[in-house]
Amino acid sequence: MSATLPPTPSHKGRGLFCSPSPCGRGPGGGVCAAALALFLALAPAAHAVSNPSEMLPDPKQEARAEAIGHQLRCLVCQNESVEDSEADLARDFRKIIRSRVLTGDSNEEIIAWMTARYGDFIRLRPPFNALTAALWGAPVIALLVGGVAVVLARRRRTPAPAPLSDEERRRLADLLGS
Amino acid sequence: MTDRTLNRRLVLLAPLGIAAAGGIGFWAMLDRMRDGTFDPRGVPSMLVGKQLPEFSLPGQPPSAGFSRADVLAAGRPVLINFFASWCVPCVVEAPLLMKLREQDTPIWGIAYKDKPDATAAFLKRNGDPYARVARDEPGRVAIDFGVYGVPESYLVDRTGIVRWRWAGPLSEDIVAQQLDPLLRKFA
Repeated sequence: MSATLPPTPSHKGRGLFCSPSPCGRGPGGGVCAAALALFLALAPAAHAVSNPSEMLPDPKQEARAEAIGHQLRCLVCQNESVEDSEADLARDFRKIIRSRVLTGDSNEEIIAWMTARYGDFIRLRPPFNALTAALWGAPVIALLVGGVAVVLARRRRTPAPAPLSDEERRRLADLLGS
Repeated sequence: MTDRTLNRRLVLLAPLGIAAAGGIGFWAMLDRMRDGTFDPRGVPSMLVGKQLPEFSLPGQPPSAGFSRADVLAAGRPVLINFFASWCVPCVVEAPLLMKLREQDTPIWGIAYKDKPDATAAFLKRNGDPYARVARDEPGRVAIDFGVYGVPESYLVDRTGIVRWRWAGPLSEDIVAQQLDPLLRKFA
């Protein structure tokens, strides 16, 4: 089927992938992820929910919404939380989180709603499962390996030499030329 | 004594073997990154293998909007393509979508976070490969799909199950290697 298509340069990867507004503070409108690095360099990141109109009136509920947002990844910026990101998608997520907090959903329910759509990738703290077992198990494995190494090193250490016998003491005195 | 030399050899070779295995794994990863089948920043779709979410969107005139029921009523696999006029990769992708349309692939477009006038101008300038065009200006339906940028394409079979998702602009390689076989399989 592709033989019927004349050759044109193929565009691979997500370097050109677009988001309506990028991470960090910058003018809105269409800016691609490729320009992101430049934007981040030019625009100092500010706390995203500095806009009071986004916040819930009840400080307790707002604190809960922020706690949830801090656990979720902004999928545009990827190393920023939903709460810290200026990306459009992160703003949408914040709105959804707040509306669900208002309707009385639990933190777990809200995070489950997000992972149902975006998978565990959206969680900044990955859950323990078969895929992440090596990740979470690495400290324990490192500790075990270290412990074994210490035990082996101790076992290999040569025992302290026995004290000199009287005969040896005499030879030593002779040699030292007393 | 031979036991000891064997042990010593093992101790020397084991790290070498681990390093070699790591190297091969790394090389395989780079290879898959180069041909576009692996993207370390990619977000895997949760929708593949599942039913299309319930949705109903208004249309981009003159097209009427569409809903999940409309996609099911098509009676054949449909490629749902999220796009936007402000998206440069969508411009890059446009000629390929036009070719797919010529080959009678039903492509249904969803204009994501876009103004109607801007969408109309985009379709006039780059061609309109879509059998139907709906609008998702708030971007809320896109979140139910798991969209995290545009363009994104979803292949839905006739039973409403999402069979494939591609995030980013489609390329001829991707179409030939991934989309075409699926279109044949689910036709």
